[in-house]
Amino acid sequence: MKPDRTELVAFLAIAVAGIAAPLVLPGYSTQFAFLWIMVVFALTWDVLGGQMGYNSFGNVVFFGLGMYVCAVVQVAPFTDLAEYTSASGTQDIGLTHGQYFLGLAAGCLVGAVVAVIVAAVLGSGILALRGHYFAICTLGLGIAAGEIAAGIDLIGAGSGMVTPLYPGEIGSRERFFYFLCFALAVVVFLTLRSVYAGRFGLAINAIRDDEDKAEAMGIRTTRYKTVAWCISAFFLGIAGGLVGNIVGFIDPTEVAFAGATYGVWMVLMAILGGKGTLWGPVLGAAVFHATQELFWTYLFGWQRVALGLLIVLIVVFFPQGILGWLREHYPERFGHRIAPAESPSGEEAQRP
Amino acid sequence: MTEAMLAVDNVSKRFGGVIANADVSLQVSPGEIVGLIGPNGSGKTTLFNSIVGFHPVDSGSILFQGREITALRVPQIARLGLLRTFQQTRIYAKMTCMENMRISTANREGSLRAMFRRFPPAVDEHAEELLEFVGLYSKRFLRAGDLSFGQQKLLEFAMALMNGPRMLLLDEPTAGINPTLINGLIDRLRRANAELGITLLVIEHNMRVVMNLAERIYCLAHGELLAEGRPEEVQNDPRVVEAYLGVH
Repeated sequence: MKPDRTELVAFLAIAVAGIAAPLVLPGYSTQFAFLWIMVVFALTWDVLGGQMGYNSFGNVVFFGLGMYVCAVVQVAPFTDLAEYTSASGTQDIGLTHGQYFLGLAAGCLVGAVVAVIVAAVLGSGILALRGHYFAICTLGLGIAAGEIAAGIDLIGAGSGMVTPLYPGEIGSRERFFYFLCFALAVVVFLTLRSVYAGRFGLAINAIRDDEDKAEAMGIRTTRYKTVAWCISAFFLGIAGGLVGNIVGFIDPTEVAFAGATYGVWMVLMAILGGKGTLWGPVLGAAVFHATQELFWTYLFGWQRVALGLLIVLIVVFFPQGILGWLREHYPERFGHRIAPAESPSGEEAQRP
Repeated sequence: MTEAMLAVDNVSKRFGGVIANADVSLQVSPGEIVGLIGPNGSGKTTLFNSIVGFHPVDSGSILFQGREITALRVPQIARLGLLRTFQQTRIYAKMTCMENMRISTANREGSLRAMFRRFPPAVDEHAEELLEFVGLYSKRFLRAGDLSFGQQKLLEFAMALMNGPRMLLLDEPTAGINPTLINGLIDRLRRANAELGITLLVIEHNMRVVMNLAERIYCLAHGELLAEGRPEEVQNDPRVVEAYLGVH
């Protein structure tokens, strides 16, 4: 699938901006890193919510799982996990560079794999539910996961868990994680772009438009649905591992299984940009993150009110999102056009 | 005698107190075009649903190409090459006609790799040919939901052909299509049968269509098989006339 000119320009612009951002504005590296995390949130939510028509409010489960698993993998080989968590951050395990980076890599990977396994197990059960029932069930999952994590002493229970200290010099940590988040967002985007272009993309679109029809046409709907959720879970697991280390402290309900913030935002960003489109979630995440940072800076104290108002405005005036609105008004720009004239056999195209 | 393409044997299905099908048996030979008629509520669509595995039957058995399919599920039966279209017309409304066609190609292997495979150019060519066959070629980049109802019916038919089935169950293929288009559709159904060798079982209310199209006709009434035979025989069968007109 070759990118067209518009897309090529967008790729270049993002590459330049993405690399330059932390070098030009090093003080904002963490905010920029979160921008890419938001892009990952929106893109992975859109796999089910937009492309497949299954509104999941529980995707934050995979994010939180990845976060905890990564932290445990980073810590457990070097010290007693129970002692470490009960010391709540006062125990410095003094990892070397090698131990830290290897642990982080292994942690993210294991976290992603665990998230995929959980998605496959949960998915084979609750993806049989349709419409609102699925949405409500996933909402319950997100809440339950946070409560369960808050009850497990080994990972710090309700008082949370501290991630290992970054061994490098001061200031390099932010840049390091920024580039990891940037790379993750790019990989997620390109992966989804690639799989949407093949049978997988059309199959989950078909499930969205008419699942009974898809089954009647012989599509293995359950398998596609489960695999779609596993793809989301994989990348969210990695994102969780990274965010845990960026924030430095894993609170079970405020950071890891933060349904009221991240869990809602991922839905919102995808809808804002235009769900069911490839670029919509990216656009939505960028606009949302920028607005949100501005609210926090200029409307402090009222930021949540402003955010709530924004949500209402989006849902009322842009139910299709930015790209959805554009597609509605300029369908030809999206390739939805009548194409008469030439036909494959050279005959005059028949009028039905 | 050659083996039947589809053999329905004493199938019964009830919904609560309503007996939708009572001991219905019918046979369709390879290459045949068979019509299924009957007044509204006589159990035609229920029979279709039973055959394609949409709901389990209460008793009886269904064989497709000699293979027991009574307990199989909808997608499994579809992958064997027994496909149905819907009375209400079902297409993927937000996808373009071409996308509708692409995803309708059969994927019988189902490995993880096959799930992510790209569509080869041959698929697009075949899709374009079939869209031209039903007269929707110029609409191929439009969203299917933007087509008229009649055009959606034609698209659904083309999608079914794209899947390369052995047999098609068509539930009222001409309902809602304007009269001039109906002739074209009959012609296309015939050509699909003759040129592609697809066996057809057609539910149809339009008597002119079914008399023209079918070689043999089954008539259902109140869930039971009322008559069977050549079109003219069934048409003149007093029981059939009675079932339709309610003469007592």
